[in-house]
Amino acid sequence: MAGPVLAVRELSKRYGKQEALAGVDLEVEAGQLVGLLGPNGAGKSTLTKIACGLVRPSGGGVEVLGRPAGSPEARAALGYLAELFRFPGWCTADELLRLHQRLVGSVGGEAERRELLDLVELSDAAGKRVEAMSKGMQQRLGVAQALVGSPRLLLLDEPTSALDPVGRRIVRELLEELRRRDVAVLLNSHLLSEVELICDHVAIIAGGRLVMAGTPAELAGPAAVEVETAGGVKTFEGATREDAPRIVAELVAAGERVYRVEVRHSSLEDVYLDAVGGQTG
Amino acid sequence: MNGGQLRSALAVVGLSIQEGIRKRVFLAVLVLTAGFLALFALGAHFAFRDVDEFAAGVPGVLDAHAFTGATIFGLAMFATLFLGAVLAVFLTLGVVRGDAESGLLQPIVVRPIGRTTMLVARFAGAALLSAAYVVLVYLAACAITEVTGDWSPDHLLGPALGLALAVAIIAALSLLASTILSVTAQGIVVFMVFGAGLTAGLMAQIGTAIDSDSLHQIGRVASWSLPFEGLYAASLHALISNTSGLTGVVLQLGPFGGSEAAGTGLIAWAFLYLLGVLALAAFLFSRRDL
Repeated sequence: MAGPVLAVRELSKRYGKQEALAGVDLEVEAGQLVGLLGPNGAGKSTLTKIACGLVRPSGGGVEVLGRPAGSPEARAALGYLAELFRFPGWCTADELLRLHQRLVGSVGGEAERRELLDLVELSDAAGKRVEAMSKGMQQRLGVAQALVGSPRLLLLDEPTSALDPVGRRIVRELLEELRRRDVAVLLNSHLLSEVELICDHVAIIAGGRLVMAGTPAELAGPAAVEVETAGGVKTFEGATREDAPRIVAELVAAGERVYRVEVRHSSLEDVYLDAVGGQTG
Repeated sequence: MNGGQLRSALAVVGLSIQEGIRKRVFLAVLVLTAGFLALFALGAHFAFRDVDEFAAGVPGVLDAHAFTGATIFGLAMFATLFLGAVLAVFLTLGVVRGDAESGLLQPIVVRPIGRTTMLVARFAGAALLSAAYVVLVYLAACAITEVTGDWSPDHLLGPALGLALAVAIIAALSLLASTILSVTAQGIVVFMVFGAGLTAGLMAQIGTAIDSDSLHQIGRVASWSLPFEGLYAASLHALISNTSGLTGVVLQLGPFGGSEAAGTGLIAWAFLYLLGVLALAAFLFSRRDL
């Protein structure tokens, strides 16, 4: 079995006295969409930048397809969109993609550029200058730019922060398409609902440490069983789906009339807030 | 450097040149240059006309026509170097730290081009454009003095190449400054260094004129520390290196005072200096978190 596309091992990073990352482990497999959550300053962007070779780690390491992060082979295998990015305002969308094709050595030519602009629904803006585009269009162009050369790993740092709901849906559908194409994606986002909706796996970082990881279903575990009786709604905190028949039987035995039973799950937001302990950057 | 890196490097050179040409500031530089050349042509025309009238029928050993041509052309050389330096700084402004802070650099650096290759490619783009610019302005000034006063420099190509190498060094120094300084600080520091180099050259001229070894020595040391000044002085020298007699002596008392032939030593040093500055910039860039 092939190894992970992205492997983060005991990764640490210090900026002077400040510890941005303190021994983080994380893996992203081919075709897996991993959401990286955490408050501002938690170390998410630092982790992504180390994976791209933009920042040097203080300890531990990152490998992309088994090659050290920052090596030419590792960089050739990834696409990246930074949280704060800018493209030359004077160049058009098509020129920008052509530049990145040359930088990455893509032989896709015009067909690839057209396909990428189609994917982010910017086909009509191929000849439009970047400076004439809205922030949302620039962000979608940024996603297209990251996909030049068909990377095996996509690192996206807040790719939907400037997008309206339609733009978000476009990117969401694009990410689902990439999963079908077996591309590994690491997605940094503050939009919990979005992460919950599309990610296979979620990792929560706080204070430079990985505090929780798992599938959205694993993380959003059962929180309570809620039963509506003639006497009102009774909530059994901590009870699971397996407890529901017993609870109902006990209530009926006690003479209660049961009208509705619901197993309540905690949302990713509840899990996140528990994990980060109310921290905010 | 493998084929892929070469292709990427050429892409970044092309980006630098396109970026320089397509920004509005470049248009402003072109307009200002056209203005400068027009004024220079006007000034040269009247200078030659007045001197020829003044010197007509006056026998003497001083060739007033050649003296005028060399003097105004020397001033044109200074303006050309200055405009070339402005362009070199403008083309390298914020290339590392500034672009990193604005998020322009990261999408390119994450590509498999390598930081050193990227930096050298950015330098090559800026240096090529600045060098081409000074050579063209220099040749235009030559054409103007030829047409307006039938005067041309003693050497045509040498001074042009000297100016081209001088602006390439200024571009390299500016690039080095961009690895550690913010955009504003970079511009200020590079122009201060440029001014310091020219001031040192002026001191050397004064030292020659008043026969002061100390001043002359200070000028020489500064010329070698900032070789763009040495190259500029050598280019000035090449303009009049074949002019002899009283005219040559009098020219040495003017803006050409203290200028010396480039020699292989200065040229070799200028290239080594350029490589050293680029190597230091590449080292600082490689250590920088983006």
